[in-house]
Amino acid sequence: MDGPVISGASVVKLARGVRLREDAVRGQTVLLAPERAMAVDDIAVAIVEALDGERTLDQIAADFAEKFDAPAPQIAEDVMAFVRELSIRRMLEIVE
Amino acid sequence: MSDTITLTADAMGKTPRAPPPMAMLAELTHRCPLACPYCSNPIALTRANEELSTEAWIGVFEQAADLGVLHLHLSGGEPAARRDLVDLTRAAVSFGLYTNLITSGVGLTEARIASLADAGLDHIQLSIQGISPESADRISGYAGGYERKMAVAGWAADAGIPLTINAVCHKQNMGEIDAMIDLAVRLKARRIEIATVQFHGWAERNKAALMPTREQVERATRTVAKARENYQGILVIDYVPADYYSKYPKACMGGWGRVGLNVTPSGRVLPCHAAETIPGLSFETIRESSLARIWYDSDAFNAYRGDDWMPDLCRSCERKAVDFGGCRCQALALAGDANATDPVCIRSPLREHLTREADALAATPSVDFVYRGR
Ligand code: SF4
Ligand code: SF4
Repeated sequence: MDGPVISGASVVKLARGVRLREDAVRGQTVLLAPERAMAVDDIAVAIVEALDGERTLDQIAADFAEKFDAPAPQIAEDVMAFVRELSIRRMLEIVE
Repeated sequence: MSDTITLTADAMGKTPRAPPPMAMLAELTHRCPLACPYCSNPIALTRANEELSTEAWIGVFEQAADLGVLHLHLSGGEPAARRDLVDLTRAAVSFGLYTNLITSGVGLTEARIASLADAGLDHIQLSIQGISPESADRISGYAGGYERKMAVAGWAADAGIPLTINAVCHKQNMGEIDAMIDLAVRLKARRIEIATVQFHGWAERNKAALMPTREQVERATRTVAKARENYQGILVIDYVPADYYSKYPKACMGGWGRVGLNVTPSGRVLPCHAAETIPGLSFETIRESSLARIWYDSDAFNAYRGDDWMPDLCRSCERKAVDFGGCRCQALALAGDANATDPVCIRSPLREHLTREADALAATPSVDFVYRGR
């Protein structure tokens, strides 16, 4: 059985049961999933919030590149690495 | 970006004061229709009329959220035996707690699961005892349990609530791990948690019937490794191997009073579910004290924090930051002293004896279970 393959053309969003939350007590943002709490930095938060289930990962990376005036290939690589990590942990729903 | 609950807490463990707790297990009730021979609940159960009221539980949840708890596990006994389960869930969610229901499935109906979904329940952990009605219902001592579990998994999927399958493995079902993993995939679970039986509470009485053989454990480890590859991206497999065949003990609860806390049905606050077996410690209840005070300042929670309490063997050992000297309840049960090095550790003078005992128990031909309340 093969797991989902994620590419730049994939459209994804956080799976149900996975969510971002402010953790006021520790002064951080956390991504919560069953038995997991990941402290996430600003970049990770921006990526997670961009996973809207509508844009492809390529589009998201391109939008970031424009917004932050950064090299697109580098950004696309970062987004992809992070998203694959989430997928292996079953934290994503693949919309298409 | 840091990783799991444990790592997040580790990064904060340097301060002299204990870090805030990440997780709370609320044992809503000890009532349970099943009779698993490895039940980890204490031998003396809390009676229904001693259970905390709805309002009292809601108050505990609010305090927990203020204290920094992120994950709330609603557990038991069987939490569905509480008629206010949906109200409790709704309240917990309103405080921002990630709310997880740990259930045998018995007592849940399609309508109730829909209400739980409506109330915002984040996740369900459903236990299975075996992979067929015959084997599962024999182990749980509850006829019809298996069928109900299958139905519950389907209703959870329909309601969109993510699912983890919990399986306790032991001598009598160790060969079914493969099939349990396949079943979890068929039930559309995202995760399976396979834990080898531990000998706390009722399980102690069934040691000979439950203790797996070394060979079984080794085969299980290989099975899990292979399944992890096969199901990557489909099913997350968390596996807790048998500690009596490993070299080092487990970090109990991520360390005593470091990551999580338990609240019993009557409101007693414990560092771990078996902590009450330790003599000399007294545990406060939320009827007489606040959760914050108990977590930070009570003698029981401070008893095994840091390394002052440790025997030299552990205090001088570099692994103390990893396993904190192991399980206090296990040290008590096996060494007769809760302050001892966990006898599972290869550095413990008691380890050899333990290995011989485990091998002898494992070699015992199958014996009947002693069921709770039967
Ligand atoms: S002290 Fe022992 S029984 Fe208690 S949680 Fe830790 S490992 Fe489990
Ligand atoms: S000696 Fe103590 S700290 Fe070291 S590995 Fe053993 S139990 Fe852990």
